[in-house]
Amino acid sequence: MQTSNTIPVSADSGEPWVLPHRGIVGMWCLIAAESAIFLIFVVAYIFYLGKNLSGPLPSQVLELPIVGTICLLSSSFTVHAAVTALRKGNVRRCTLALALTILLGAAFLLTTAKEWHYLIYEAGLTIQTNLFGTTYYSLVGLHATHVVVGLLLLIAAFLFSLSGRVTEAHADRLEVLSLYWHFVDAIWVVVFLVVYVIGR
Amino acid sequence: MHRRKPWILPPLQPRNLHLPNPQRFGHSRLAYLAALAQLCQRHPPPYLRNQLRAPRLNAFSFWLSAFGGFLLYLSYFAASGLYGAGSAPDVGWFAYAPLTAKVFSPGHSTDYWTLAVLMSGIGTTGTAINIVATTICMRCKGMTLTRMPLLVWLYLVTSCMVFVAVSPLSAAQIMLCLDRYIGSHFFDTQAGGSAVLWMHFFWIFGHPEVYILILPSFAFINEIVPVFSRKAIFGYPAMVAASVGIGFISLSVWAHHMFTVGMGPAGNTFFVFATMVISVPTGIKMFNWLATIWGGKVIYRVPMLFAVGFLFQFLIAGLTGIMLSVAPFDWQLSASYFVVAHFHYVIVGGILFALFAAFYYWYPKMTGRMMNERLGKWHFWLFVIGFHVTFDFMHIPGLLGMPRRVYTYEAGRGWEIWNLLVGIGAIIQGIATLIFVYNLIHSYFRGKEAGPDPWDAWTLEWATPSPPPSYNFAIEPSITSRRPLWDLKHPEDPDSSYE
Repeated sequence: MQTSNTIPVSADSGEPWVLPHRGIVGMWCLIAAESAIFLIFVVAYIFYLGKNLSGPLPSQVLELPIVGTICLLSSSFTVHAAVTALRKGNVRRCTLALALTILLGAAFLLTTAKEWHYLIYEAGLTIQTNLFGTTYYSLVGLHATHVVVGLLLLIAAFLFSLSGRVTEAHADRLEVLSLYWHFVDAIWVVVFLVVYVIGR
Repeated sequence: MHRRKPWILPPLQPRNLHLPNPQRFGHSRLAYLAALAQLCQRHPPPYLRNQLRAPRLNAFSFWLSAFGGFLLYLSYFAASGLYGAGSAPDVGWFAYAPLTAKVFSPGHSTDYWTLAVLMSGIGTTGTAINIVATTICMRCKGMTLTRMPLLVWLYLVTSCMVFVAVSPLSAAQIMLCLDRYIGSHFFDTQAGGSAVLWMHFFWIFGHPEVYILILPSFAFINEIVPVFSRKAIFGYPAMVAASVGIGFISLSVWAHHMFTVGMGPAGNTFFVFATMVISVPTGIKMFNWLATIWGGKVIYRVPMLFAVGFLFQFLIAGLTGIMLSVAPFDWQLSASYFVVAHFHYVIVGGILFALFAAFYYWYPKMTGRMMNERLGKWHFWLFVIGFHVTFDFMHIPGLLGMPRRVYTYEAGRGWEIWNLLVGIGAIIQGIATLIFVYNLIHSYFRGKEAGPDPWDAWTLEWATPSPPPSYNFAIEPSITSRRPLWDLKHPEDPDSSYE
């Protein structure tokens, strides 16, 4: 032992050495970074509340997006169902749940699109109109961008699953994706409260 | 103590090893090991490729940061500026609104700046994610969080700070892009937008960023001071707690850059106190380093010289920092040469000295050759003299009222002699840096062979050959204490018996 040049091994080296899944850790880090970005946009929104030099004002043009909110929040349950099904090896059920998630996410985007169409063409509110337009379109638009990214990833997972390339072994990866989707939903809760409840 | 054994990997002590799956390689463990000894140098087995956790993310982040830099410099050639062809982004480093508005910054140099910062910010965040995931998910067996080298701890804290500090800057740059390109009004004062909001958003990044710079330097000092004092670091848990504390508190001090804006007494008071509080964990670190040196058998090789220089200068930098944290004092000296002297004391006297120490310390590991000691000492002494001539005297014209960002001034204000001294010091520092660069290149070809462990150090990197192979360890090590190589060199008195 005196002249040994090895790295000594612990006496209890038999015990298992389990470390967390890298994707999950990485996704939590991304969520932390993204939360900070959203925080800045939310702060800007709240800071500029009631400082508009001209209309239209939130109270005049905003409606509660109830249908879209229900769609998006329930998609959290379906994506969770997809992961649970895959963990149990039920690929068919997983594919179905993914399809449902995509439909619900797309329905949410549709309600946002309709809302924006109304605001731009009928209420006359664009990003250039006033501070409300500036902060509203950037905050809701930033969230919608995240929904689009999440949808693209979900569609990719769905297509892989449909072509039979997804197995139980991919459950961890799907969970990383579902984590991102839950984050997008959680952000919507904040945006909903700030823009449609407090800000109106 | 002074054994200099050539440590050849992989180790050939079968009874000490916990092997992943020896059976699949051959008939007996010994045959496998002997074969591995030959093979590992050229063909690392797939499970031993121990780079960062996510190599593709690593490359992606690196190239994003690099291209962000290229984009910024492209502005010199491509952006149509006020006077024609190219112009540098000319809105100052904090780019205060409304100077960045399209009206006041026509042309594209500001756009280059915005996009470059945004791009390299994404690259930085990617690397931070990579470092955190690697730290959490790729620790070798026995490497619990409380046994991690302090260097790794500090990189973990730094990376976590990147998430919450760099992202606000990215968000602010997105807003600025929207303002400049599609006419939104975030920082447009004509439409009710706020210039002060930009200041807040910028400094929410800007001050934690200073700690993102200094924490890696603390990390180097944490490794170097114990090795050259021949003692284990004093107060490991306190060091970890102080680092995490600095990480948190640094997020609540940003507005001490804005005392002259007029935030009102409540805002000013909060940021005065927060700024003073952050000197507590920093002080804990300082005392722990001193306590590590205290009673140690200090070896003044070049890395340790720079580390001691760091301790001395960083202390003074911290003291002028506390002076500036007092709002009324700051009102007098904000945007004066006193501030310039203060932060150069941090960045040159602290960060750069730690970087030099790290260069001399890890150069043998990176290249397999020692840096020249005599040239290193010339470098240190010239640099330390040049540093003090420049930055000690720079405080004085600041106190005499010399403002920042002036390229000339009226004669007879009493600033001339001090600026002359500052200039002379800068020349001395320049000469010292040239010696350093020469030493870097010269030692790469002519330096003394370093061997795997030239400093008789204790952390795992010194158990690999110099330079280490791309797979780092042929056989994943398993550790039982904070100083695995101490345990190895002193089996009669291992650290693990004290844990």
